Amino acid sequence: MNSLLYVTVVLYVISTIHYGLYLFRQQDRAYRWARITLLTGFACHSLLLVAIMVRSGRIPVQNLHETLVFAGWAMGVVFLVFQQRYRLRVLGVYAAPLAAVTVFAASRFSASPATDKILLNNFWLILHIAAVFIGEAAFALAAGLGILYLLQENAIKTKKHGFFFRRLPSLDMLDHAGYACIVVGFSLLTLGLITGFVYAREVWGKFWSWDPKEVWSGITWLLYAALLHQRLTVGWRGRRAAVMAIIGFCVVLFTFLGVNFLLSGHHGAFTR
Amino acid sequence: MQTLSDIVVVGLNHETAPVEVRECIAFSSEESTRALDALIGLTSIEEVVLISTCNRVEVLATARDTERAAKEIKTFIAEFKSEPTSRFEASLYLRSGDEAVRHLFRVASSLDSMMVGEPQILGQVKEAYQLATQRKTSGVILNRLLHRAFFVAKRIRTETGIGDRAVSISYAAVELGKKIFGDLDGKRVLLIGAGEMAELAVEHLVRNHADRITVANRTFERAVALAQQFNGHPIRFEEILEQLQSVDIIIASAGAPEFIIRYPDVKGLLKRRKNRPLFFIDIAVPRNIDPSINRLGNTYVYDIDDLKTVIEENIEDRRREAVRAQRIVDEAVFQFRKWRESLDAVPTIIALREKLENTSRAELEKTMQNLQHLSSEDRQALERMVKAVTNKFMHDPTVFLKGEGCHGDRATYVDMVRKLFNLDEG
Repeated sequence: MNSLLYVTVVLYVISTIHYGLYLFRQQDRAYRWARITLLTGFACHSLLLVAIMVRSGRIPVQNLHETLVFAGWAMGVVFLVFQQRYRLRVLGVYAAPLAAVTVFAASRFSASPATDKILLNNFWLILHIAAVFIGEAAFALAAGLGILYLLQENAIKTKKHGFFFRRLPSLDMLDHAGYACIVVGFSLLTLGLITGFVYAREVWGKFWSWDPKEVWSGITWLLYAALLHQRLTVGWRGRRAAVMAIIGFCVVLFTFLGVNFLLSGHHGAFTR
Repeated sequence: MQTLSDIVVVGLNHETAPVEVRECIAFSSEESTRALDALIGLTSIEEVVLISTCNRVEVLATARDTERAAKEIKTFIAEFKSEPTSRFEASLYLRSGDEAVRHLFRVASSLDSMMVGEPQILGQVKEAYQLATQRKTSGVILNRLLHRAFFVAKRIRTETGIGDRAVSISYAAVELGKKIFGDLDGKRVLLIGAGEMAELAVEHLVRNHADRITVANRTFERAVALAQQFNGHPIRFEEILEQLQSVDIIIASAGAPEFIIRYPDVKGLLKRRKNRPLFFIDIAVPRNIDPSINRLGNTYVYDIDDLKTVIEENIEDRRREAVRAQRIVDEAVFQFRKWRESLDAVPTIIALREKLENTSRAELEKTMQNLQHLSSEDRQALERMVKAVTNKFMHDPTVFLKGEGCHGDRATYVDMVRKLFNLDEG
């Protein structure tokens, strides 16, 4: 199973290199290789996930190892769907290494369950986890698009039409794609929170228990809610939206990882 | 023995000839037809293609004696155009052999153009070639050469970035617009003032599907006239600020002593526009648009100098790409020379003779093994006989390929012999 994980990482790394080559040289051949290796890597990744689930018979979030594997996989799904939809080839330069790093990070953590507490295969829990993970992957992509937006905007504003101006798509496209990511991410996060409440009610008898992860998820949700609200009402777009998408993802990252290490709560046991 | 026919180019272009000379030498398409018919009638010329654009006139021909051909072409141009040779002679260049091949490849791939990388020239060369095939003035060599030229041009266009970047103010504006708005479909344009460059920019935007052109001018009548030209609608100068709420691209080219649109005008506007991007193209000198507006969010201001810098960078890029293109040209010239050398009569005759000799010797040896009873004299007689057959057999094709029998179309026959006897294999 470990070898499958390394094969996945290696394929993602090769894909990253080819995305990089594509960015520099703009050759279709490089892009084709990037795409083929990414798809193959993703297939291995999916197999790995299935293997983990078959072995434990449970959803793959019993420890940080499994969680990271799953998070990387969610990243892959979201990126592949978006690439299909928006033809944003250069974004692979961001998404492929992110997936590679996430899966590689997983290999650094023990694969054995960290706790006696076993998460049950409850319908609400599965929905909760799937929605939150894929939603957060969408936020990750939104942040990537935000970075590209800032690079392109900087090129246009400063009138230095160098490397990025040529290679990056239009501001409008980056802005729209980023917006779409945030809408998807926000919808799934909302769904994830609701299903989480339902599950919490079933298990602990109350919807909300001030667990740090709950609190930070709430903060994340509010942040993105504010961003979307501002966009719809006063047209917060462009630079400000891009910066917010990046800040938002930093908060997501903190919620995802930082809370586990710095604060304790009932989510922590499974993700350490 | 006659020498192999060579490729020759006699021509002039924007670098060697001023426009006064180019315009009096240029051939219209009707003139080109007549000229081709006349050129092919010249004794020294075997095949000919005539390329004539506003930046160049090139007579591409094959001839055994290139210098004589060049002289005849020169005289022909002078007679056809009723101009003294002295008028254009100094501007003419003459290239032959590999240099002529290289020249054509460079012309077709737009490396020799006034604006390196401009795409029209390839189409013009194609038209010239089409005319030559219609008039049947091109043969096996020029057919091959022109097809190679099209191939090289296409390869250069796809493998290098030679034609990628905008090199005029109006194209640069459109390119920028696309980087801001994605596509210009349905984008609204406001033209302030008038002027050739500004109008050209509007035209390019319209061609890229920008619509609803609004025209503002100090004299309303002028605005009305311009609006008609672009199918837009005119407004009064005082209405500009009001219009800023709904337009996306502003092209300013009005004579005004101070800024027409100032920072606070736009700042107050952004919220009402819901931060939709605004792109100002300021072609006026002195400037019409306050440059500090560029600092506002989702707002971009380019003045004439900014655009010029962009264009200069792009031209620099094209030059760099031209170096890469040159490599592709060199490679193609080399390949073409190899093909041409294979069409020479002498190596073909030698190859044919060798094939014949080898075959007969092999067959002779086989036969001799079954005729062990023959005396050595008999054997020698047989060998002499086979040799004589070979020589007799080679005589006619040798005379034909080396001599006048080809009627100036030697390459075709050589090509055919090579194919007929499969001389290019092994």
